[in-house]
Amino acid sequence: MVKKSYVLVCGGSACEASKADAIYESFKKVLEDEGLKNDVQVVKTGCFGFCEKGPIVKILPEEEFYVEVKPEDAEEIVHETIIKGRPVPRLLYKDKDAKVDPKADKFDMSKIGFYQKQFRIVLRNCGFIDPENIDEYIARDGYQALEKAITQLGPDGIINEMKTSGLRGRGGAGFPTWIKWNTTKGVTAPQKYVVCNADEGDPGAYMDRSTLEGDPHSVLEAMTIAGYCVGASKGIIYIRAEYPLAIKRLEVAMAQSREYGLLGDDILGTGFNFDIEIRLGAGAFVCGEETALLRSIEGNRGMPTPKPPFPAVEGLWHCPTVINNVETYANVPVIILKGGEWFKSIGTEKSPGTKVFALTGKINNSGLVEVPMGTTLREIIYDIGGGIRNGRAFKAVQTGGPSGGVITTENLDTGIDFDALAKIGSMMGSGGMIVMSDEDCIVDVVKFYMTFCVDESCGKCSPCRIGTRKLLDYLTKISKGNGTMEDLDKMTEIGMAMKKAALCGLGQTAANPVLSTMRYFKDEYIQHVKDKKCIAGKCVDLIRYEIDPAKCIGCTLCSKRCPAGAITGEKKMPHKIDQSKCVKCGECYKGCKFGAISKI
Amino acid sequence: MSVGTAEEIKFSDELMAFIEEWKNKPGNLIMILHRVQGEFGYIPRAAAMKVSGLLGIPLAKIYGVITFYHFFKTKKPGKYIIQVCLGTACYLRGGQDIMNELETILGTSVGHVTDDGLFSIEAVRCIGCCGLAPVMMIGNEVFGKLTPEKVPEIIADFRNRG
Repeated sequence: MVKKSYVLVCGGSACEASKADAIYESFKKVLEDEGLKNDVQVVKTGCFGFCEKGPIVKILPEEEFYVEVKPEDAEEIVHETIIKGRPVPRLLYKDKDAKVDPKADKFDMSKIGFYQKQFRIVLRNCGFIDPENIDEYIARDGYQALEKAITQLGPDGIINEMKTSGLRGRGGAGFPTWIKWNTTKGVTAPQKYVVCNADEGDPGAYMDRSTLEGDPHSVLEAMTIAGYCVGASKGIIYIRAEYPLAIKRLEVAMAQSREYGLLGDDILGTGFNFDIEIRLGAGAFVCGEETALLRSIEGNRGMPTPKPPFPAVEGLWHCPTVINNVETYANVPVIILKGGEWFKSIGTEKSPGTKVFALTGKINNSGLVEVPMGTTLREIIYDIGGGIRNGRAFKAVQTGGPSGGVITTENLDTGIDFDALAKIGSMMGSGGMIVMSDEDCIVDVVKFYMTFCVDESCGKCSPCRIGTRKLLDYLTKISKGNGTMEDLDKMTEIGMAMKKAALCGLGQTAANPVLSTMRYFKDEYIQHVKDKKCIAGKCVDLIRYEIDPAKCIGCTLCSKRCPAGAITGEKKMPHKIDQSKCVKCGECYKGCKFGAISKI
Repeated sequence: MSVGTAEEIKFSDELMAFIEEWKNKPGNLIMILHRVQGEFGYIPRAAAMKVSGLLGIPLAKIYGVITFYHFFKTKKPGKYIIQVCLGTACYLRGGQDIMNELETILGTSVGHVTDDGLFSIEAVRCIGCCGLAPVMMIGNEVFGKLTPEKVPEIIADFRNRG
């Protein structure tokens, strides 16, 4: 029986956290009660990307796009939209700029500012298919690329398409993917491996998780193509243990592929054998570095080893190993199917294709966005992201996570690609994009990143082990108001030394947040050092709270809230804060109903 | 922690079967440690010693691996493990305030267990729900868009579950 309508419920992690499961069950129940079980199919899809407004439910063929849905809304949606064909206005997304007319008879998702400038290659299937059903992937051209690769292109043809496409690794450094593949292909060895790096460690980036949860087959298909191309029979996906849903969906997908003869022995009846297994990471940021990752798969401490030898020649268990990250692989089937020339026509000359960013922080529309390379930051932050939260002013955006740097207003119109970001002192990284407003203190944020790097430095080489620690010491000193101008110079010096001398990518880039903020926000450091002031009010040692006697009516609330007994005063008389006792917790400031307490 | 006492610890049949299956695969240690932690909630010393014996891997190497990775625990956690996300997005949206509130109401600090053994607090780096920042997880339940004011109610709910 042909289904007449579809209810697509977002099953990404963030939406699952907001009870997407209950929504799914609720729809099933309502449809059953209404006797519509066979006419309407409820599908749990991958991430729609618009996490800020989750959980998201989309109804087909009406194309209604509902946001912030609750389980109890299922009944109304079924009655109104599915049975009567009318929208439920209160659940429709309301665009701030009113680009979407809620009264229009048809709702066009692409008109939402959030989606308008996006171009989806990697996330092409996320939110469209049931990730646990291989037939839906196949229905959207899935596994056709594998067939084309084996039966038409052959290993050399695959390399050619990859070379023409100009695809660069999406894990951070942007190394051309075809060179890795071609190197491994050129080495003669009894055993070769294809590894997928799904150890997404950058705090604030989750595109790989969403890709695996929403479209696991795209990665399996790409790894199989890579295996065929380089002559490997084994694939390994190294994934964070913190991603249980992604692991489960991969396992389901692998079982289905094997059943369909798309994985395992004699793939598509061509005599090609390739199988994939999952290995779990255990929470170490350094394992995102390819040599450290390989040591971890081997069951050891995940410490990087010097290159050369490059993994492409001597990798896992000393065998030639192709290693790419999730997003890189997700591009491959499309490149093979539509051709390298097509891919190259998107994005910029040196960085073709698209990039997925996890847009988070002080932004109105948090979520996953995929845009062509060369899109400007202004478009991403204002057109897609809907601008800064609570009407605050934009201060900077950090790309590349703990290895990247800040981008300020002056570079908002820079088109983003690998080289442009490097030029302005940041890097692409895995695609975390953290937006900061004037409420955020640069010293505080950099201190946060450096604490992270100190935790995550594996300790093998001294420039990283000692360098990160020294930088954190200086940053702490500055945030307490004890810094000197010489400290600032020393930080730059240490940072430069780490860049040159550290063993792996983590150490070489760990000082980037310091170096880049020194370049763009030196004034703010100097304010902390010379004026002992933190204008954002984040460095607690540099702020104090004061009561304005003219505004204080003596309600005594602040003195009751103060945990340190620092506030005294008679009832109905202005109160006073004893600065020597104040612990700067801000409870009085938050509690005052008369705006009489100010943070200085 | 007692040192070197080889008190026998019992592994479930499933765990023993898993070890048997992986025993001869290269690079099996981390996968097996994941299973051990899955069974006990942490990796007791006796379990590490038993794995050492079963796989023929020196105990020193096993501890080298356990202590390298944040995911592995050597101390018994609380019945409910509270993971407060301190990834960048959560940090900027006030994750630290959530952590402070938890530490205050539970009277313990990050990395420790409450006296009644009910809760332990951990700081984690990004659980991939940045759109819901700030976020914390208790067991498998995720709580997003938190404010310090919402925390006491959530904790009270878990206390009532016992």
